[in-house]
Amino acid sequence: MQPSKTDIWVGLFVMLGAAALVFLALRAGNLLTLDFNKGYEVTARFDNIGGLKPQAAVRSAGVKVGRVKSIGFNDQTFQADVHIELANGYAFPKDSSFKILTSGLLGDQYVGVEAGFDEKPLASGDTVTNTQSAIVLENLIGQFLYGKASESSAPKAAE
Amino acid sequence: MMTMPDVAGFSMQSSASPPLVELRHVTFGYGDRTILRDVSLTIPRGKVTALMGASGGGKTTVLRLIGGQARAQAGQVLLDGQDVGAMSQAQLYAARRRMGMLFQFGALFTDMTVFENVAFPLREHTQLSDAMVRDIVLMKLQAVGLRGARELMPSQISGGMARRVALARAMALDPEFIMYDEPFAGLDPISLGTSAQLIRELNDALGLTSIIVSHDLEETFKLADQVIILGPGVVAAQGTPDEVRASSDPLVHQFVNALAQGPVPFHVQGPSIDEDFGPGAVKKGGR
Amino acid sequence: MRWWHPADIGFALRSKAAAVGQATRLLLRLVAGLGYVLKRPGLLRDQIHFLGNYSLAIIGVSGLFVGFVLGLQGYYILQRYGSAEAVGMMVALTLLRELGPVVTALLFAGRAGTALTAEIGLMKAGEQLSAMEMMAVNPIERILAPRFWAGLIAMPLLAAVFSAVGIMGGWIVGVLMLGIDGGAFWGQMQSGVDVFQDLANGVIKSIVFGITVTFVALLQGFVAKPTPEGVSRATTRTVVMASLSVLALDFMLTAMMFSI
Repeated sequence: MQPSKTDIWVGLFVMLGAAALVFLALRAGNLLTLDFNKGYEVTARFDNIGGLKPQAAVRSAGVKVGRVKSIGFNDQTFQADVHIELANGYAFPKDSSFKILTSGLLGDQYVGVEAGFDEKPLASGDTVTNTQSAIVLENLIGQFLYGKASESSAPKAAE
Repeated sequence: MMTMPDVAGFSMQSSASPPLVELRHVTFGYGDRTILRDVSLTIPRGKVTALMGASGGGKTTVLRLIGGQARAQAGQVLLDGQDVGAMSQAQLYAARRRMGMLFQFGALFTDMTVFENVAFPLREHTQLSDAMVRDIVLMKLQAVGLRGARELMPSQISGGMARRVALARAMALDPEFIMYDEPFAGLDPISLGTSAQLIRELNDALGLTSIIVSHDLEETFKLADQVIILGPGVVAAQGTPDEVRASSDPLVHQFVNALAQGPVPFHVQGPSIDEDFGPGAVKKGGR
Repeated sequence: MRWWHPADIGFALRSKAAAVGQATRLLLRLVAGLGYVLKRPGLLRDQIHFLGNYSLAIIGVSGLFVGFVLGLQGYYILQRYGSAEAVGMMVALTLLRELGPVVTALLFAGRAGTALTAEIGLMKAGEQLSAMEMMAVNPIERILAPRFWAGLIAMPLLAAVFSAVGIMGGWIVGVLMLGIDGGAFWGQMQSGVDVFQDLANGVIKSIVFGITVTFVALLQGFVAKPTPEGVSRATTRTVVMASLSVLALDFMLTAMMFSI
């Protein structure tokens, strides 16, 4: 089939559209930072996950090292089971602690990992209990008021 | 001529053979309006038949019934013995490839040149090479006298020429049967004469069967072998032009002699003269 | 119609239902026409040229100006909270998730949709569709289906071009004119825009809108009254119906896709 003039124009159009899509995916989106290699799975138990959502980032020292795959409720321990996928390139000591932190003042919540000192690394399927839950505002206020109350009663007791 | 195996094959025989098209007790209408009531007529093979009658009398409807674009509510529309109304989509399309239809203003495809218009049926239904298609198209255009206009667009040619191109297109697959919807409407005398001559020559030279729906008494009567006049829902007359002209039927008489008064009234139904002009008439802003 | 007469109401409802049924049948035949279209790619190519290439100018220019405005407005609002550097992310998310697919669809309806409706309506008025039928060529396959699939293909590409050009427009205003740091512009954008959540959903939206607008345009042309007023009314109806459908669908899709 002879390439007609319209073929050229349509071809250019489709290429332009495809180029726009590629530009958007690479430059505007986070395609390059996506890690398609499978990582290893670890489960962390939290008393309270606060506003943590699936797909949230897992960071260590501020660098993204994995993501939250899914969150479930464990009705044996009455804690939240957070299934985390860590990138294969990173190994953490078995006694590493997992905290739920907030990015910025009003930002999304993510999981922060602080390395421990154990020689043995975390393996796929391990469960981590060395965790710190998210900060819940009501508890914080309660603590504050309790702290204020004991503060004012302590000097009285000292008198 | 090309022969293609198909489901609704027509046979081309002498006029002694059964009619090519036959309507048997056909009733057709839209909603409560009945256009054809128990109409029976035959179209003989190899001849030019004219279908005439008052406007809205059902002439174009008959063409649409034969072509399968409309389905009769009662009765049979037989094409070479097969009921068009009972055909499947595939059978219908096979039947249509053997017929050509000329629409009133040509109905050319406005985004294609004259050449491409005539080549359209060939390209859609055959696997002929480009060279063969070109030859056939030019031959068809030659037959209607428009070979020189092949690269023009439909918007650049006159109405009469457009209709001739449409004729060439209808002839492209060498049909055995052609229907003409008002082929003479709005043409100048030269084009009129040329068209009539073309229809006659093609019909005789190629052994076609032609149906012409027309209002033009003179030209059609000169041209046709058989004339059918449709009255309101019925066949008022069927026969040779001379027979029809001599008919005593009042409707036919009014039609053939172009009289203003007769079974087809001059005045449309409405309020009586007294109501509109009499002393009791209330004149309110024009109505 | 005498609205107090049950017979008239019944008739109106029945004819509306019949119209919906007819439209559904047309849609199914258009989708089924894919087989025919793949056998005649030349038809598809010509229609993509007609619908896509010819819309490129208006889409590109509109995208640029929308990007400019987003950059400007975004800057004014964000810099009050000291987050002016997030303009890139704001512009990108707004375009990819919403404005890209929606505005492109609205412009497409106005430019390509009306052209389609007028073309089909005029073909119907000039008995070209009937003539084609009488030549044993199915006009739905030959004329309508290629246009349907061309619209479906062209729309997402146009929406992508719109978003891309818009982001560049935002960059021109934000970085070149207002002095935001270029690195922060792109960096914040990359961290805020997710390929699956934002880009892919936007593409899905534009495909759905492409189907909607093209189908409405073809339907209105196909059922138009074969007179000059009939065709003109049909083109108006195309723009109105297509635009409203796009906006309604946008809400439904957004609710489905971006719910938490």
